Amino acid sequence: MDDKETRDPVTGVDTTGHEWDGIKELNNPMPRWWLWTLYGTIVWGIGYAIAYPAWPLVQGATSGLLGYSTRGEVAAEIAAVDARNAEVSATLAAADLATLPVDDPAYQFGVSGGAAVFRANCSQCHGAGAAGGVGYPNLLDDSWLWGGTLDDIEYTVRHGIRNEIDADARFSQMPAFGEMLSKPEIAEIAEHVLALSGQEHDAAKAEAGATLFADNCASCHGEAGTGDREQGAPDLTDAIWLYSGTREAVTETITNARFGVMPAWGPRLSDAEIKAVTLYVHQLGGGE
Amino acid sequence: MTDAAKLTGLGLVALFMAIAANWAHDLAYQVHALILMALSAGLAINIMRNADKPKKPVDTTGYMDDVVRAGAIATAFWGIVGFLVGVVIAFQLAFPALNIEWAQPFANFGRLRPLHTSAVIFAFGGNALIMSCFYIVQRTSGARLWGGNLAWFVFWGYNLFIVLAATGYVLGATQSKEYAEPEWYVDWWLTIVWVCLLAVYVGTLARRREKHIYVANWFLLAFIITVAMLHIVNNISIPVSIWGSKSVQIFAGVQDAMTQWWYGHNAVGFFLTAGFLGMMYYFVPKQAERPVYSYKLSIIHFWGLIFLYIWAGPHHLHYTALPDWAATLGMVFSIILWMPSWGGMINGLMTLNGAWDKLRTDPIIRMMVISLAFYGMATFEGPMMSIRSVNSLSHYTDWTIGHVHSGALGWNGMITFGTLYYLTPRLWGRERMYSMSAINWHFWLATIGIVLYASSMWVTGIMEGLMWREVDAQGFLVNSFADTVAAKFPMYVVRALGGTLFLAGGVLMGWNMWMTIRGGVRAPAPAQVPAE
Repeated sequence: MDDKETRDPVTGVDTTGHEWDGIKELNNPMPRWWLWTLYGTIVWGIGYAIAYPAWPLVQGATSGLLGYSTRGEVAAEIAAVDARNAEVSATLAAADLATLPVDDPAYQFGVSGGAAVFRANCSQCHGAGAAGGVGYPNLLDDSWLWGGTLDDIEYTVRHGIRNEIDADARFSQMPAFGEMLSKPEIAEIAEHVLALSGQEHDAAKAEAGATLFADNCASCHGEAGTGDREQGAPDLTDAIWLYSGTREAVTETITNARFGVMPAWGPRLSDAEIKAVTLYVHQLGGGE
Repeated sequence: MTDAAKLTGLGLVALFMAIAANWAHDLAYQVHALILMALSAGLAINIMRNADKPKKPVDTTGYMDDVVRAGAIATAFWGIVGFLVGVVIAFQLAFPALNIEWAQPFANFGRLRPLHTSAVIFAFGGNALIMSCFYIVQRTSGARLWGGNLAWFVFWGYNLFIVLAATGYVLGATQSKEYAEPEWYVDWWLTIVWVCLLAVYVGTLARRREKHIYVANWFLLAFIITVAMLHIVNNISIPVSIWGSKSVQIFAGVQDAMTQWWYGHNAVGFFLTAGFLGMMYYFVPKQAERPVYSYKLSIIHFWGLIFLYIWAGPHHLHYTALPDWAATLGMVFSIILWMPSWGGMINGLMTLNGAWDKLRTDPIIRMMVISLAFYGMATFEGPMMSIRSVNSLSHYTDWTIGHVHSGALGWNGMITFGTLYYLTPRLWGRERMYSMSAINWHFWLATIGIVLYASSMWVTGIMEGLMWREVDAQGFLVNSFADTVAAKFPMYVVRALGGTLFLAGGVLMGWNMWMTIRGGVRAPAPAQVPAE
């Protein structure tokens, strides 16, 4: 090879002598740090593949010198936490919540554990802060559809509402009055409901709606419209609305009814978890 | 004679598509049948109208550059479309109300997201790669493209694939496999087009004048062959009906997941890495006017990359139903892949040895250098994120999105912009781009856009990873999922702004290309001359 022709004048390095569309290649060696890092990663890789499960065999795979497995790692972490909490968790599962003192470690454990259970399972509907949303009750106030004692809350969590999973689920069904009453009649009841909750309303229509209310609604919502927890019938006299209290929304509710469903958590959560989330919800502000 | 055969063929296709449109089971299939019917009928009419005119003789002595010119325009067009959809969905994530009610279900985030990914990877990136293949293989072989109009078939066929894929997503046809969403008949069509691409490429290579094959061609050939294999294996599915778009995957459960990520990771490896390295190995030495730094390095890093990348897919499936041994192998190969990936960066950057001063004066070189810098960053970050314990923090978070975009916007985007700025004046016979200062603006808009994008995603990604795993002293989770979503909001806005800057740069490039093609050259303002 003729050095003069194949030497790059700028760097003084030989080229390979090939040329494509004016592009040449220098004959530089591979950078040493690059090569040694490559060797290093290969050596490390072989070591890692010996230490950890790596090589597939006919049945299964090598398990590695360290005996590591991802499932084993998670199981060990969970077992460690469970073991640490075993005593207090057992106390909570067996406790009568109504008489559990607030300064008992089991109570404190229940409230913080219940908060975690709530965030993972309940916040999707009731909100991360438990303030609810349209169709999902606010759990921070003291207005309860099915009761706000510890026993009531625990029952609701365990069995749910209007679901098809649990035969003991809380159940009630508001009729769709659109199939029974005329539109003017429904409008009159709606005005009466607005009057009950102290909102701006048409007094004449509300007056006419009072009789219709007594005939059709009072059996569940009560003569005065204050609701009935036995049937999960909401109190209509306060400013708290599950599906909004505007004229349109109230008319919609009377016409088509509502059928809110809550799953039964009994099959999914442990006794300790159900009690924990009960304690958590109870102490949010409205517990009775 | 050939006209008669073409007319018969097109007529049969149009008839079949008319029947298909009539019997279609779903909207996407029906619209596709109508598109194909109109297309084949239109082509048939065009042939009939020109049947009596004498055919213009085609000059087959020089390089075949018309198809490259079309590719350059398609690349810029799809780039701007893809960036625009990306900006739209970034704002949708920050402000969900932008999933506008009347545009449902078509403009839902869920349908626009694959539209964005496919538009940037396959439409923008794919056209850039095919265009580069055609340009580079001709120049480095000293031969005209093999197969005559087959190259045109590849160009139009590939872009038809893109139109079918994109309309399919919006109308609800998807296989639900990331980066492999198009349904069965779109996949079949792409297979045909891809085999033709391979034929054109290998046919041209076989005519080469230089005995040795240039390194860019190794990478481009590896890209074409491997993508064909990946595409076919990952899309093996059985159509539910010939008159509908739905199909059922042949693999199930974890085998399906493993096949998908073997495909998905190597789409990154062979489409976005090997293919674009092929572009880099031609356009960087040309623009820098310097020899490639090291031939030895190019051989070793090429074979290292090709051999190792194909095994790295399982690192997408850490802590899943995939057996631990497979995940370990995916991780180990990913780590060893680090240096072979960096070989391309070293060879690209060191090629500037003796031409570093051009960084001051040449905005195109600056683009290529920053693309190599982002390439190096992304190929370090990738192996790091494949480590099991790092992945347990990063997986399913925005960190992954940040990683992908620092690679896609930084490496693929910037090298493609540099390539387009290199090619446009040469393809249209202009002295240089219309405005050099617009290239400079594009460089800064894109760079700042990427920095905003990547850093905001790193912040939210690590933040949400830490929030998801945060537990209190008794082992209970501290945050709900909605808490993490709320915490990410400011960074989502920053990300959308970064994307907007990147899009603005793309639009500027489109304008600059348009003005160059029209023939103008904007003279730079004359330098101030000191008074004598």
